[in-house]
Amino acid sequence: MKILFSFLLTTALAFSASAQGKLPSVKLKDLEGNTFDTKDLLQHDGPIIVNFWATWCSPCKRELNTIHEDYIDWQAETNVKLVAVSIDDEKTKNQVSVYANGKGWDYLVLLDPNGDFKRAMGVGNPPHTFVIDKDGTIVYSHNNYAPGDEHELHQAVVDLHNKQKKPANNKK
Amino acid sequence: MHKSVALVSLLFISSYGWTQLRGSISGNAETTFQYLKEDSLIGATQPSEKGLLNSYMNVFYTGSNFKAGMRIESYLPRIQGYPDRFDGTGLGMRYVGYQNDYLDLTLGNFYEQFGAGMIFRSYEDRNLGYDNVMDGIRLIFRPRKGLKLTGVYGRQRLSFTEGKVIKGDGLVRGLDADLNVNQFFSKLSDKQLQVGLGGSFVSKYQVDNNDTYVLPENVGSYGGRINLRYKKFAFNAEYIHKENDPSDDNGYIYNSGHAALFNLTYTKKGLGIIVSGKSVNNMSFRSDRTKDLQDVFVNFLPAMNKTHTYNLVATLYPYTTQPLGEVAYQAEVLYTVKRGSKLGGKYGLPINVNFSTAFNPVKHPVGSNQGRIMYEGHLFDMSDSLFWQDFNINVTKKVNKSLKFIASYYSIRLNNDATKVTNFATGIINSHIGVLEINKSFGRKHSVRLELQGLFTKQDKGNWFTTVAEYNISPKWFFGLMDQYNYGNPHSEQRIHYLIGTFGFIKSSSRFMVSYGRQRAGLFCVGGICRFVPASNGLTFSFTHSF
Repeated sequence: MKILFSFLLTTALAFSASAQGKLPSVKLKDLEGNTFDTKDLLQHDGPIIVNFWATWCSPCKRELNTIHEDYIDWQAETNVKLVAVSIDDEKTKNQVSVYANGKGWDYLVLLDPNGDFKRAMGVGNPPHTFVIDKDGTIVYSHNNYAPGDEHELHQAVVDLHNKQKKPANNKK
Repeated sequence: MHKSVALVSLLFISSYGWTQLRGSISGNAETTFQYLKEDSLIGATQPSEKGLLNSYMNVFYTGSNFKAGMRIESYLPRIQGYPDRFDGTGLGMRYVGYQNDYLDLTLGNFYEQFGAGMIFRSYEDRNLGYDNVMDGIRLIFRPRKGLKLTGVYGRQRLSFTEGKVIKGDGLVRGLDADLNVNQFFSKLSDKQLQVGLGGSFVSKYQVDNNDTYVLPENVGSYGGRINLRYKKFAFNAEYIHKENDPSDDNGYIYNSGHAALFNLTYTKKGLGIIVSGKSVNNMSFRSDRTKDLQDVFVNFLPAMNKTHTYNLVATLYPYTTQPLGEVAYQAEVLYTVKRGSKLGGKYGLPINVNFSTAFNPVKHPVGSNQGRIMYEGHLFDMSDSLFWQDFNINVTKKVNKSLKFIASYYSIRLNNDATKVTNFATGIINSHIGVLEINKSFGRKHSVRLELQGLFTKQDKGNWFTTVAEYNISPKWFFGLMDQYNYGNPHSEQRIHYLIGTFGFIKSSSRFMVSYGRQRAGLFCVGGICRFVPASNGLTFSFTHSF
């Protein structure tokens, strides 16, 4: 078994050593119960923020509530879309819609109760925030939230927006 | 083994071709080192190795259709709070898989959940050392939009000893169907009433090796669920029945069991309401009938109470579901007083009220000719014997852009005879907890967070006062200090300060954290991360990275 996996690993490493982290395809449910494939996020025209949070994680809620206050401005400026992926398991999963709607969030909220997307993105503890470009490449990753971190995130979104706006830069 | 290498290589090469073998690798690693001291006052001991080291790394490869992943784990030896049989370094998890639009096949290890998990959940929480991953095969088939069929077959992880995964004794097999009616029938897609249906069957097999009783070697469990959504209302319910399953947990009785739950939700912008109920009877379901604690659970019975995060609230009197039986209810309201109103002020005023309670179910006597069927239990049939009650209210007031207050009150009643959390009390423990949190930022980068927590009880170890102070320099540095003072302990020599200092550094997706001092067990949040930390006195260094 060990031989098998060292083989797989070395093969995989050899053939994608240059590849940056990519948005994986995982099927999750949204708050309406519809199945949503994470790769469909790439249909959005603009930067994508993927944020992993939970109703029991205070810093996560601080981060999303802080961004919420400026989200309209961020959207107008860069057409960013924020996806709040809840890793609440069955114990607290039902509180997600109550919290997200009660706070009036305008984010796309997805449920990842068994951690499938969390694992695929290599996330350990929440909060973990990613910025993803239109090719699905992860261009920013931050595993923490302290007040002020939203400025750094905002800058990463603006940088990506400016880069994607110029079509000349997208050709090889 | 060499055959499988050859086979996988062949599959690899023939169906994709080397040139298409592009994809991405993601994963994460975490390592925690502890140097612990003896501290007889708080009952902390020094392990004979003095130093403890836990590490793991996950690596996942995702190609266009092919996927593979593995985790190496290492316990040299395991840190405090982990199961003491974890030791050595080795492969903890591995799988290969293929997926396209309608098919998802996994061989090896996988995590999965049917419905609310009350019939089947294979899950991990590395902070807690909880891992009942399946090892076998999983096939997910989506023949048409809105319909998902899942089959699982395998054995569960029990332990990790001498660098090897030890699997549970029993075999677990399951089937699940999940139907989104509105997605399946395209002409219903824009109806306001959204309907989801599901059904599951799970069976375990374990050899009967008991000398006293004739035990069922195959135990079946089945159930169904429904999700409804209409405008701002949502309702979901699930019912699971389990055939007789004599075990160490239930004292080898031949009763069947059930688990049922419902949630009713109403949400609109600025208001969320949820009412939930749960009924559990004889529903401990493990793939090895002789195991206890958190070992080889086939299912998961979600506890019906809020997961608290403030130190004194989360860690002193926590509640978990009683798998042998409970009837529980929960209600929660989150309301934001509108911006611009007198009470709401400039930013609005979020108010959160939550109530949860759990009772022992009634066990109706049965005739003496029923063999080892010891009682009869009914759905949502509760006695007046209280297990748990929690009322809490939480208000957030933002004064201006840089200053925010959060005030909370909790009243928690826990039956320590039924769900034992302490050796220093009997019967119901009554506690009242007040928390004031202050957030203040200075410019764009600097911020301070202060928590003042008081817990008041006449039982157990008496009153506590906890102070948390955090200083953050965004986005890279944090400093934290926490003091838990058991000033109301009835024994004056036990009126101890648990003082701990923390320092952290974050660079994108890497974090380093060093802490020194005394810790009680519990969910611990500092510098933006929550994790479970066991009791200790000493130095802890941790490093996490994701890629």
